[in-house]
Amino acid sequence: MADGIELTVNGKTRRVPAAPDTPLLYVLRNDLALNGAKFGCGLSQCGACTVLVDGKPVRSCSYPIEEAAGKPITTIEGLGTIEKPHPLQAAFIEEQAAQCGYCINGMVMTAAGLLARNPRPSDGDIRQALANNLCRCGTHVRILHAVARAAREMAR
Amino acid sequence: MSGLVLSRRGFIQSAGALTLAFSLAPPSLAAEPAKLPGSLANNRMLDAWVRINGDGTVTISTGKVELGQGILTALEQIAADELDVDPKRITLISGDTAQTPDEGFTSGSQSIEYSGIALRYACAEVKQMLLDLAAKRMDLPHGNYAATVEDGTISFSGKSVTYWELAGAVDLHREAMAGFVPRSPQGLRHIGKSAPRVDIPAKVTGGASYVQDLRLPGMLYGRILRPPSYGAELVAFEEARVRALPGVVAVVRDGRFLGVVAEREEQAIAARDELARAAQWREPTSLPKPEDIQSYLRSLPAEDHVVSSKDGAPAAARSTLEATYTRPYTAHASIGPSCAVAQMKDGALTVWTHSQGVFPLKRDLAKALEMDVAKIRCVHAQGSGCYGHNGADDVALDAALLARAANGRPVKVQWMRDDEFGWEPFGPAMSVKLKASLDDVGKIVDWAHDVWTNTHSMRPEKEGCNLLAAWHLAQPKAPGKPGIIPQPAGGGDRNAVPLYDFPRQKVTHHFISEMPIRVSALRALGAYANIFAIESFMDELARTAKVDPVEFRMRYLNDPRASAVVQAAASHAGWQPNLPGGTGKGRGIGFAKYKNLSAYLAVVVEVEMDRASGATRLVRATAAIDAGQVINPDGLINQTEGGIIQAASWTLKEQVLFNPQHIVSRDWSRYPILTFPEVPAIDVVVLDRPSEKSLGAGEAAQGPTAAAIANAIAHATGLRLRDLPLTPERIKAAFG
Repeated sequence: MADGIELTVNGKTRRVPAAPDTPLLYVLRNDLALNGAKFGCGLSQCGACTVLVDGKPVRSCSYPIEEAAGKPITTIEGLGTIEKPHPLQAAFIEEQAAQCGYCINGMVMTAAGLLARNPRPSDGDIRQALANNLCRCGTHVRILHAVARAAREMAR
Repeated sequence: MSGLVLSRRGFIQSAGALTLAFSLAPPSLAAEPAKLPGSLANNRMLDAWVRINGDGTVTISTGKVELGQGILTALEQIAADELDVDPKRITLISGDTAQTPDEGFTSGSQSIEYSGIALRYACAEVKQMLLDLAAKRMDLPHGNYAATVEDGTISFSGKSVTYWELAGAVDLHREAMAGFVPRSPQGLRHIGKSAPRVDIPAKVTGGASYVQDLRLPGMLYGRILRPPSYGAELVAFEEARVRALPGVVAVVRDGRFLGVVAEREEQAIAARDELARAAQWREPTSLPKPEDIQSYLRSLPAEDHVVSSKDGAPAAARSTLEATYTRPYTAHASIGPSCAVAQMKDGALTVWTHSQGVFPLKRDLAKALEMDVAKIRCVHAQGSGCYGHNGADDVALDAALLARAANGRPVKVQWMRDDEFGWEPFGPAMSVKLKASLDDVGKIVDWAHDVWTNTHSMRPEKEGCNLLAAWHLAQPKAPGKPGIIPQPAGGGDRNAVPLYDFPRQKVTHHFISEMPIRVSALRALGAYANIFAIESFMDELARTAKVDPVEFRMRYLNDPRASAVVQAAASHAGWQPNLPGGTGKGRGIGFAKYKNLSAYLAVVVEVEMDRASGATRLVRATAAIDAGQVINPDGLINQTEGGIIQAASWTLKEQVLFNPQHIVSRDWSRYPILTFPEVPAIDVVVLDRPSEKSLGAGEAAQGPTAAAIANAIAHATGLRLRDLPLTPERIKAAFG
């Protein structure tokens, strides 16, 4: 605990003063001041906390930092910015694919994982990829459109 | 308009539109205060709403808050149009007890109707004051000048002056007179357009958008350990073992309220786990048996209110139908558990909260904490969508109680998933009995609606203290008495009065005070179950009368706007009248005018049934909505799509599970909601009526969607299901 653990997040390496079994989520949010990943359930059920570790979506609420050490971690902040958004972020804005927006981090990051392994997903593929990401406002249809739009943009 | 003299004096040419200038005589001192529109009625000063700043910006204040419904974007559009400024100049302040108007709660689809209309009048008046002041400076004859306004620059022939130059000279600290009619639809640039939501870019890039994202210097993290059940008593507690954990700053015990404050969030969570091991509880068996809940509720004492009756001449009935429909307890089930940050410093408390009503919350916090209300400030910050009264207010008190033990440092408290599911106030279980008679030509001649329900609002309000932790303190505060929300809006009886025109009817609200399970406001209140029942029953009657369900409804709708949405939904869905059923595929319709006061909505849902599993596949939902003058069409569509999906989730999947001791559904595995593979295609048709007043729309889809699904299942299978949710198990059992 005293020494902490080194993590590489969005290309920058930082030492964080947390115990090795600390879920990655709290370190991202509280030590690194990254807002994107959200606490939803702490049980890997809802997906609001999703980030990419080694390019693959993981549930950061139950992913200990000791497992993340030495692997590249990407959060939604690392995808793009308001000024220079990633095609997924641009597509979510274009489709106005949010209501409260609390789940949207998980949608974007899970979709980023999907598009990395399947750049031309069908509607069914997108639905399956997001099957374990919960949205309560009912923004699903727009989210599906946004992911499909991003896939088209990225294929250009 | 008493005390107000209007006289037309001239024309002002304004940015492509013609604005009328009026002269205003001050209201006479003896006169009654003028009745002002919307929330201006209770917040009468212009500068409570609008401030023009010398730096080229405009500050707009509203007591309504962003809940994910897009209200701030819509209010910005309104202010931009009425003031004639670019929206980029506008800063919105919302829901801050130190800065904004008190508009009560952001609830009931009323923000456009109340805050929106107040802003339209206030901004129109401020613009006129600026014009008059500008004209005076130019030595133009009072009330007889022509001017254009473009983004805050007022131009007369050859001369111009900006709002920002006039800012210091215009005195907005006076009562609104509301004498200036807001712009007509022809002159609008922003209202009626699908302006992109102001909050979405930050929400998709990790911007600080939510109270959860608030980080204050020196901030600590808190967690609460609730009792295992409503009535559990704390019989033993070993505080020392929790205090000994790393990072723990304080352990708070007050009666059966237990909380912990730690330096780091994961330490607070670990300490909460230890609190659970350190506390021993005695749990009474105090809840009804879940399988008997509806009959149990109906056995309780009830106040009966006849909320509508019509006594046309009795007619001979050929057939009489009677049916009872039920809904279970339903959770708000916000994705993000409730959260608040509180700081107690120098005897003053500041709470950052996603409450729907910062002013009522402040008053209840004062009662719970026995503090002077003047020493408390509540500031709204967004949270996860709430859809009604969830844990937002409760966690604000939790944070305040922990902040008292934090030596002036701010404390952020977020509930854990099981706190939210176990302790939020649920949407009440309800039962609705309908009885109607058809004459020999299949016409409805008699209609009776009986609804049994608890209250639909136990929000912090007036008497008592409606904050959870206040009931658990060593010196507990009593909750307020449950009450009814009167018609025409209604609470449990919301939309119990049919919009259909029947010659004879009686609608009775059986109001049950005793609440075995904690309940309060959930999106649409009683309208969800009442419309589900009425619209299901209309299909049952149509079937008996051998009339197509769309045609059957049209016979009883006298309001052309109601008929128009029913027809629009049917035609866009490709409704074929009298389509034979029982094929495993079906379609159904549902309709209501929300609250009988707000938006009109009809929806057609198409389903495909899987006989083997009993599962319902939602294929498509096609809705038509009339919300009067639409401020932001895409925002309206977004809200309607969301309402349909959420209502479909309630209808097919959701019920709070409990046993005689406690709530059992405490995570998403026990309280599943609709997922991506289950979501239908959705098509929303907006019937815009720019010359009609704007109507609240955010809850309009809930009831009609439930009925449309049940009617579609009935059409597909011949099975009429009346008990929500319509789970595969129930459908399979009905197949036999």
